[in-house]
Amino acid sequence: MITVQNISKRFGDYPALHNINLTIEPGEFIALLGPSGSGKTTLMRIIAGLEFQDSGHVLFDGEDVSTRKVAERGVGFVFQHYALFKHMTVAENVAFGLSVRKRKDRPSKIDIKARAEELLGLVQLGGLGNRYPAQLSGGQRQRVALARALAVEPQLLLLDEPFGALDAKVRKDLRRWLRGLHEQMGLTSIFVTHDQEEALELADRIVVMDHGVIEQVGTAEQVYMEPASPFVSDFVGEINRVDVTVTNGLIRLNDRQLDIAANGYADGPAQLHFRPHDVELAGADAGGLPIIVSNLFRKGGKWRVEGQCGTLDRVIEIDLDATDTPPHVGAELVVRPTKSRIFHTTGR
Amino acid sequence: MNRPFSKRNRWRQPSVLPGFGLTFGFSLGWLTLIVLIPLATIFLKSAGMGWSDFIKVGFSERAVAAYRLSFGTAAAAGLVNAIFGLLVAWVLVRYSFPGKKIVNALVDLPFALPTAVAGIALTALYAPNGWIGQYLDPLGIKIAFTRIGIIIALVFIGLPFVVRSVEPVLADLGKDVEEAAATLGATRRQTFTRVIFPAIGPALLTGFALAFARGVGEYGSVIFISGNMPGKTEIAPLLIVTQLEQYAYDGATAIATVMMIASFAILLGINLVQAWSRGRAGA
Repeated sequence: MITVQNISKRFGDYPALHNINLTIEPGEFIALLGPSGSGKTTLMRIIAGLEFQDSGHVLFDGEDVSTRKVAERGVGFVFQHYALFKHMTVAENVAFGLSVRKRKDRPSKIDIKARAEELLGLVQLGGLGNRYPAQLSGGQRQRVALARALAVEPQLLLLDEPFGALDAKVRKDLRRWLRGLHEQMGLTSIFVTHDQEEALELADRIVVMDHGVIEQVGTAEQVYMEPASPFVSDFVGEINRVDVTVTNGLIRLNDRQLDIAANGYADGPAQLHFRPHDVELAGADAGGLPIIVSNLFRKGGKWRVEGQCGTLDRVIEIDLDATDTPPHVGAELVVRPTKSRIFHTTGR
Repeated sequence: MNRPFSKRNRWRQPSVLPGFGLTFGFSLGWLTLIVLIPLATIFLKSAGMGWSDFIKVGFSERAVAAYRLSFGTAAAAGLVNAIFGLLVAWVLVRYSFPGKKIVNALVDLPFALPTAVAGIALTALYAPNGWIGQYLDPLGIKIAFTRIGIIIALVFIGLPFVVRSVEPVLADLGKDVEEAAATLGATRRQTFTRVIFPAIGPALLTGFALAFARGVGEYGSVIFISGNMPGKTEIAPLLIVTQLEQYAYDGATAIATVMMIASFAILLGINLVQAWSRGRAGA
């Protein structure tokens, strides 16, 4: 079990992390999700021991490892740009972690070689041990990096934007394969990503971060369906954001009354969030958002309609079934969100 | 042009980079004009003197001592520069500190300074009555007018070569490779010897080769500090000048030819080692 307690970190004047608390159960696959500058990589590097916190503690199975160096923490780390040793063969790369051990803990040369071969087989690179990293593709290099990290049998595997530098197709294959590997080896894994799709697909739980704080921790379902903050709602999945006013439990957009319940919300300015697929088309006089279609295109099995809503500067995006007759550009529609969330507009 | 794979065109592979013939021809012409023709005249001149005369003058006791001194001190200075130049490059790449730009400019200064100025300054420092020499002299350590003095002068002259060769490679190496080694349990020492050093090795060798080559040919700074005792602290370039001053042109060209061939052989050897190590890195 990994426990992060009250971690704070500043880089000069820049607060990178503010009072972070997080518990990770053995065997979990955790995604740290956030935009760049959200502190997700810093948090992972602190857990690894590559960076040190200003205050707070990191515990592995209840034991405080805060002052332990990275080499003593028993973590496997996969770097965004692989960080392979270019002058070593693939097999030498994988064997590195075993070959630098102290003599009494070090397996024999034959055993190290066999272990490297075995790991290369595991990452589906059997037979490529004698190549140099420069002779491999990006996806292959990433798998070498993974095999190298696994060679030291870490209790925790950390991956920094593991698929960031790969093209979309390779990324998807590697993603599924990594998920399988995680389960097969019974690892505890944490990966950093700014790609919400990746986080939603892979992780048992997602830690959504912004500006050095954790906004929400939850399953893909929770984070997508019940976002805890406007940031999470906006960052995870596609969202339409409309500035509205709440008065007496009713929502108004400019002078138009919307047919959405806002019981229990205090009066004042608020944000209405709804997903492109949580909408229906309504009659012209129904309490929805009037839009003028400005663009229309096929998006997989849906029609994506982009529309201008009055004087709002943000485009409203909605999805319609592909079997529906699509509206033409310039058509006037009224869109009624079937599911929405209301967030009070605060300072941020 | 239409037979890209024909044997007659084996140097001409289809490529998006145009102008191979033109640029290659031009480089060859330029090299010939600037390097080969002057060198060839040395050969021609020495060829006119006959084999036995050539051996007699080119391998006289005094000349052989001068070669050994020149190549030996240049190698020693190159080695010292390889170690400390690496250190300087390391500091310049890895850390930021106030005055870094000034330090950076200081590194290049030996390139720009007239070598005689360096020689005179070093002599003033290390002569038995100089600023530093006066403290070393009572201890029985003599620097000026000995081999050590020559090495110090060559170290001064050769430093920028190593620093500027290693710097870009070190910057390119990236912190993440070191961090990767650390996460895999390597100690700092193992990280250096097994990860960093092999990666910068070829660049370090280049720097060494350049510093060495410069040291072999260096004249201006050395003649002030070496004392120029024939057979002891007389470097080969000085011997050539001495011969010229005595109108012994044959002797000068014979010595020059021997130096040239030896230098070429050594530099070629270093290049081969580099090609081999690059091949190993698969790049």
